[in-house]
Amino acid sequence: MSAVLDVSDFSVEFRTRSGIVRALDRVAFTVGRGETMALVGESGSGKSVTAYALLGLLDAAGKITQGRAVLEGVDLTAASPGELARIRGKRAAMIFQNPRAALNPIRPIGQQIADVLRRHAGLSKRDAMAGAIDMLRQVGIPDPARRASAYPFELSGGMCQRVMIAIAVATRPALLIADEPTTGLDVTTQAVVMDIVAKLASETGMATILITHDLALAAERSARIAVMHAGHIVEDAATKTLLANPRHPYTRRLLAATPTAAGALSALRSIPGNLPDLRRDDLPPCRFAARCDRRLPGCDAGLVWRDIAPAQRIACWNPT
Amino acid sequence: MSSSTLRHARHVVSENPVTGIALALFTFFVLAAILGPSLAPYDPLASNTMRALQPPSAQHWFGTDQIGRDIFSRVLVATRLDLGIAAASVALVFAMGGFAGLASGFFGGWVDQLVGRIADTIMAFPLFVLAMAIVAALGNTVPNIVLATAIINFPLYVRVARAETVQRREAGFVDAARIAGHRDIGVLLGQVAPNIMPIMVVQMSLTMGYAILNAAGLSFIGLGVRAPTPEWGIMVAEGAAFIVSGEWWVALFPGATLMTAVFCFNLLGDGVRDIVDPRRRT
Amino acid sequence: MIGNDPTPPGAAGSTLLDVAELSKRFPLRRGGFFGGGHTPMVHAVDDVSFTLARGETLGLVGESGCGKSTLVRLITRLTDPSSGSIRFGQRELAALPAKAFARDADRARIQIVFQDAGESINPRFTAADAIADPLRKLKGVTGADLKAKVEEAAALCGLPLELLDRFPHQLSGGQRARVGIARAIATRPDLLVLDEPTAALDVSVQVTILQLLVTLRETLGMSYVFVSHDLNVVRLLCDRVVVMYLGRIVEVGPASQVFANPLHPYTRGLVAAVPRLDGLRDDALRLAGDPRSPIDPDPNACRFHGRCPIGTDRCGTEMPALRRFAGGRQAACHYAEEPP
Repeated sequence: MSAVLDVSDFSVEFRTRSGIVRALDRVAFTVGRGETMALVGESGSGKSVTAYALLGLLDAAGKITQGRAVLEGVDLTAASPGELARIRGKRAAMIFQNPRAALNPIRPIGQQIADVLRRHAGLSKRDAMAGAIDMLRQVGIPDPARRASAYPFELSGGMCQRVMIAIAVATRPALLIADEPTTGLDVTTQAVVMDIVAKLASETGMATILITHDLALAAERSARIAVMHAGHIVEDAATKTLLANPRHPYTRRLLAATPTAAGALSALRSIPGNLPDLRRDDLPPCRFAARCDRRLPGCDAGLVWRDIAPAQRIACWNPT
Repeated sequence: MSSSTLRHARHVVSENPVTGIALALFTFFVLAAILGPSLAPYDPLASNTMRALQPPSAQHWFGTDQIGRDIFSRVLVATRLDLGIAAASVALVFAMGGFAGLASGFFGGWVDQLVGRIADTIMAFPLFVLAMAIVAALGNTVPNIVLATAIINFPLYVRVARAETVQRREAGFVDAARIAGHRDIGVLLGQVAPNIMPIMVVQMSLTMGYAILNAAGLSFIGLGVRAPTPEWGIMVAEGAAFIVSGEWWVALFPGATLMTAVFCFNLLGDGVRDIVDPRRRT
Repeated sequence: MIGNDPTPPGAAGSTLLDVAELSKRFPLRRGGFFGGGHTPMVHAVDDVSFTLARGETLGLVGESGCGKSTLVRLITRLTDPSSGSIRFGQRELAALPAKAFARDADRARIQIVFQDAGESINPRFTAADAIADPLRKLKGVTGADLKAKVEEAAALCGLPLELLDRFPHQLSGGQRARVGIARAIATRPDLLVLDEPTAALDVSVQVTILQLLVTLRETLGMSYVFVSHDLNVVRLLCDRVVVMYLGRIVEVGPASQVFANPLHPYTRGLVAAVPRLDGLRDDALRLAGDPRSPIDPDPNACRFHGRCPIGTDRCGTEMPALRRFAGGRQAACHYAEEPP
């Protein structure tokens, strides 16, 4: 499987009034053609920052300090803002939480999809509109020809997310980043929306990064899961492996805290401690060390990522 | 609480020097208003035709006017009256407009309709002309100038208070307060009002500038405070006649003071918001 | 009484809350000149009946727009019902206007923990102010006694006392949730309504809050109505569960059984849609489409008709009643069958 996106040694910092936030530290992963990979973590873990940084959408305070992110041979970290804008429309797309806010409230949805097709695929007005209606059909919107003239406020949240997906995949991008795409939607709608993403990914060979706080959603929808904690990818493994045999202490803890369809509340365990303050100058090499019950003296010496098994990479000296 | 407020205020000022300058100017004006009459080197009303229209000098820093009164003393003494009128009118409109806006936004319905119509009616007039009309009708006394200045600012306060209230009417903490046993009026005054206070205080600081300008404006056209009371508007009006003949200082110094005062209050607005908003506290 | 309580808590077990035929309709604004005689009505809650025993935890689940929030506002007496009855203990509360209930003696006995603890605490209040507010207004507690009671409530909720002087924005999500709970239990209510109390929290924090809620229920002997969109959490915390669809109850029963073996096709679809860590998903039960409009729904058609995978013509002409089944279960479907 050839890598669509190859991220290595990728670090991001934010300059704030109260200090430098070391938001991402040496993040590395690859996503192959047609592959769905999940970035899972709690709030503050850096999973959304990763997405924004990759697509050059960081605000002025954020800066990529090192590393490469190669999308189809183009290093995104070295691309000019203009190139990034072209890539974003055409080769890499993103969908967000709260789709209604991401849609233009005063333009019909069909127009909004057609705009993308005209700008990035160079279609004529008429072809773009036909393409837009076809996209609406592909994302399962009933009666697409009529719905194309609807405005976002006339649609439910699930429908708006489908429109967002249609806009995102209209130009057949190589990479789709879905940042909490179903947070705020009902579970029934979530299932339908995720089905659509899966169908489009398998049809077009698009690589997908699913960013979510919901480990169960990630387990169900992705072949591989990368678990993030405080700006580090602490474990990156095939989904089955990660769930059956988590090796990083944080992954194990996260699984132990997640309610499932079986088991009792008393069996769930919270994760002790809090995320370290990423503004600290003396951040320990392993940012989980302070919360970890398997800490060794060597943990303060440095952090390395190593393959502990085929397709299972962790950042821990003392795996479980 | 108060010591942390002070600490926070220092932090805000150190972060934003403009706020510091505005705060320094504000302190200066307040001191002038309080101590002005006792600090003035000359009697602001004492005329001395021998020394009429003297340019600024060591004895008369701002020069003298057409009947020889010391302009510096007059500008200094006038501070209390000008700031007093403005502060009183702002306090009055804050109470009237703030409460009307709160009630209008919170209860909606006929209260909202009524308050909205009153505000619209006021807005239908050119505001300064309305202020002139009120003072002309009621007589040009200080309380009437205060009232007129308050009335023309009323719609502004109603709008700000109403908009802020509507935003918070549905907030979770409003329901929480009801669950905690507050009646509507208690929710309004105890929960919503304190939350819109920061924005209202900023509003007060901003309109303070306009209020000073408005009071001085009324006096300038002869509908406000009457001569020979020292007041910036009258002094500018009186001095205006002498600009053409080259005696620029008669109008310039009271005018510049007036401008500085308005400027100071406008600058203060942002700083005040940073200080009174608890969310900015770290 | 409806249903069997799986775990009758000791001497309790008597009915605390008895909601019968409760409805809430909101008028839509008239369409200008042509509004005529009929104002379209949103049927937010329609003919809802259920009971809650003392010491019991009842889950309330359904999609957004199913009427959970309105039902919560009705039973916490923040909104007045259009019709029906809300019996709390021996007392009928439905006829009492919400405005009057604000200062009623029973106000202290029905409290609520709101969804977004951050938004439900007045930003101008410290944690201590927020917790003290209901004590002061509803119990008339003041002075040193108030301070002691606030600290007691905070301690019960695992909130360190040194955090009591902080404003909500200075607290973490988990700490804010604790403040919201401490405020709600400060007056020692009999009924605590929990409106998605952990929706905004990370899983690791959610666990501690859920475990706290269980401890509090046992220590203080409260009954819970627990609203959540997370069925796994509902299953963990609740004795029984009420499933709502478009304003009506479609299924009631012991939580473990409802989720293991749903009777109503909507519940089946809902349960099947929950992502599972084991990846065992039942795609055959996928619910497509959106719920129908809640504006003037056909009183003779099942609300789920049209979206239902097993619906027939009968469902379009005859509203299914909430029927009783073995094991204290109820379902409103013509085609529901006795559980095995």
